[in-house]
Amino acid sequence: MNKTVNQKAWFFVAPVLILVAFNAIVPLMTVVNYSVQETFGDNVFFWAGLRWFEEILRSPRFHDALGRQLFFTGTILAIEIPLGVIIALAMPRKGPWVSVCLVLMAMPLLIPWNVVGAMWNIFGLPEIGLLGKTLNTIGFDYNYTRQPGDAWFTLILMDVWHWTSLVVLLAYAGLVSIPDAYYQAARIDGASSWAIFRYIQLPKMKRVLTIAVLLRFMDSFNIYTEPSVLTGGGPGNSTTLLSLDLVKIALGQFDLGPAAAMSLIYFLVILLFSWIFYTVMTRGEEQ
Amino acid sequence: MARITLKNLKHAYMPNPVNDEDWALKELNLDWDDGGAYALLGPSGCGKTTLLNLISGLLTPSHGSILFDDHDVTRLPPEQRKIAQVFQFPVVYDTMTVYDNLAFPLRNRGVDETTVNKRVLEVAEMNDLTATLGNRASGLTADGKQKISLGRGLVRTDVNAILFDEPLTVIDPHLKFQLRSKLKELHTRVPNTMIYVTHDQTEAITFADKVVVMNVGEVVQVGTPKELFEEPHHTFVGHFIGSPGMNVLACEVKNGHAYIAGKKIATANKAVAKAGKSEIGVRPEFVKFARQGLEARVVKVSDAGRFSVVETDSAGGRVRLLVEEGGAIPSETARLEFDPAATRIYSNGWLAGREGRP
Repeated sequence: MNKTVNQKAWFFVAPVLILVAFNAIVPLMTVVNYSVQETFGDNVFFWAGLRWFEEILRSPRFHDALGRQLFFTGTILAIEIPLGVIIALAMPRKGPWVSVCLVLMAMPLLIPWNVVGAMWNIFGLPEIGLLGKTLNTIGFDYNYTRQPGDAWFTLILMDVWHWTSLVVLLAYAGLVSIPDAYYQAARIDGASSWAIFRYIQLPKMKRVLTIAVLLRFMDSFNIYTEPSVLTGGGPGNSTTLLSLDLVKIALGQFDLGPAAAMSLIYFLVILLFSWIFYTVMTRGEEQ
Repeated sequence: MARITLKNLKHAYMPNPVNDEDWALKELNLDWDDGGAYALLGPSGCGKTTLLNLISGLLTPSHGSILFDDHDVTRLPPEQRKIAQVFQFPVVYDTMTVYDNLAFPLRNRGVDETTVNKRVLEVAEMNDLTATLGNRASGLTADGKQKISLGRGLVRTDVNAILFDEPLTVIDPHLKFQLRSKLKELHTRVPNTMIYVTHDQTEAITFADKVVVMNVGEVVQVGTPKELFEEPHHTFVGHFIGSPGMNVLACEVKNGHAYIAGKKIATANKAVAKAGKSEIGVRPEFVKFARQGLEARVVKVSDAGRFSVVETDSAGGRVRLLVEEGGAIPSETARLEFDPAATRIYSNGWLAGREGRP
């Protein structure tokens, strides 16, 4: 087939190109620009080369924030993925309760992120919050604004509350798509519930779970709003995740160069992890 | 291996069935011999899959009982009934190899690995799966997957019966024939009771020694393919089996004899004198053109290879008949003669004198 050359096509593609250019490419390039220069104000820039990158990569402050970030993401994935699968397995497949469960599950996802942070901020207050007051009443010395351990506990609990339902909904969608014949065949083959889970449900959920892990990984690595409202990175720097640290450098100290370099490193880390994970999960599917 | 007995079996999907139509499966009594090959034949929605699932235990009947060799299994779950079932859509465990798929039912039952290995190799050989044993099951074609499903049933030595629920639906036409012969061959090698559900008469007739014909939730006739062809007990059987199906003509019954437009038609059975709708049933194979007989007008001739199917209009309704290649076909009006031995009176659908369920 001969391809017809039609220059008018550019006209139709142009709006999308312009849109993408302005909301992704141009800002990203600006960041790249900042990351290799130094400025002292008045829009005067000096070439800095890779100095900011070296500085960031060597700085203990960045290492600590990255460590906290990895710990946070690892912990919430380790809790939310299995918990989401367990809840999805326990949900009814038929009947009037299905919609009730789905609506309940969707609820946390519909709440604006800063509201989630504010809710948990109040919920956890030791003097008046339901959670904080209760814990203190039954004898725990709980104060998330003062003790790093308690701050982490609250932060993780909040994220689990907020996002597990996403995993539940994805896993549930995977589960209901399994034809009845699989369960019937498994019963006839004498499979135990564990075998049914291991050889039917889990393999059939693999694709949606891959997506769930990817989404949760990227989202939790980027998380800013909720911890910023809940703890503001404190007490001290104990819950300062990468994004919080970045904002402190960029908007608190106005170190545009280091902040830009850090943004790029941050971006590459997410890209790298996502790519590795996706490649590993989908490897062997072509066979 | 076992003889299967169904006693007063009935099933409804709704909790409190009142009307006749509420029952997905109306009351039936059946005896299936050990080692037989049976087919459940009927149109979609006639209750054949319901019956199959009742036998396998995936459903529990609302009424009646199921016996395997005089042993009541009505309330037992499928895993305790020792049956195997092959489904319409192939079920394989995607993450396992073909070998592990075949070994799965045995391993679940705690069979030792040496026996597992021996059985799997045997069954793989029977099903032509030996070459693919090490492959991932998910990569196989539909017919390969169906062979695995079948193999998982054959691999067990304790199986009472193997049930097939329209297993060839998703198989390519040219492979259907192969797989069907394979099933037939397997049945001679493995003396299991096999029950095969289908809506395809060719599949039923080639596979089964005995065919159970079902319609709207009830069994209409049980018989060998020959019996179903030669002496249908219901006009439905006449229609459903044979191609083209049996001719059914409206008639009047006087003193037990059938008359079409005042003309007496000789039949093999006599109707018990009673009022009601009566019909004459005769297969196209037993109708021929003659000098004497029922008046009719030829409306359509279609060539079907070695013979032609001729459609005629008569006072009793449409009559199809077969004329061999080269046989004379009258152009306009003609007279039809029915073979008396193969012409029967039906009242309310049932063969006169044999009314009611088998």
